[in-house]
Amino acid sequence: MLLGRVIGTLVASVRYDGLADVPFLLVQPLDEYGAEKGVPVVAADSTRMAAPGELVAYEGGREAAMALEPWFVPVDHAIIEIVDQVSRPDWKGS
Amino acid sequence: MILARVKGEVVATIKHPAYAHRRVLLLDRVAADGRESGGYLVAVAAVDAGIGELVLVIDEGNSARQIIGDAQAPIRSVVVGIVDEITRTDG
Repeated sequence: MLLGRVIGTLVASVRYDGLADVPFLLVQPLDEYGAEKGVPVVAADSTRMAAPGELVAYEGGREAAMALEPWFVPVDHAIIEIVDQVSRPDWKGS
Repeated sequence: MILARVKGEVVATIKHPAYAHRRVLLLDRVAADGRESGGYLVAVAAVDAGIGELVLVIDEGNSARQIIGDAQAPIRSVVVGIVDEITRTDG
């Protein structure tokens, strides 16, 4: 998994079968210290509870598709955890 | 498998059910010479590693699911060992 910050929501009314009930969020990837790194991605939210502003851990690739219900739908990033705290001493994110 | 150093713990209350009651660690990737090589990963701890320790990580889904014992778990990275020593013979 990698860490990211939810920076927005995404609405798509026409979707592939199996994705109908999956919330999509915009996620800005973070580096190992909590600073923004790279370009935002659209991630499916397996917790169904993530909201803009929150720190999350997300999985990419095959495991992202496995995180959702129904199982194995066509997504490449999925939010797995809503992070309460990162205990790294030199963590710069909030 | 890859080498990494434990830098911290990632604590979450709301998480995918496959991650329930599992310790999740923040790891910095380490090259074969022991230096941190840039990049990181967040992995499930199958062995109890503490901050600062050099660990062995499986970063492949099918192996990870076999260790976790759940063929449908969306888990790819698992800490599977704590490294005591590395000996290289190439100088």
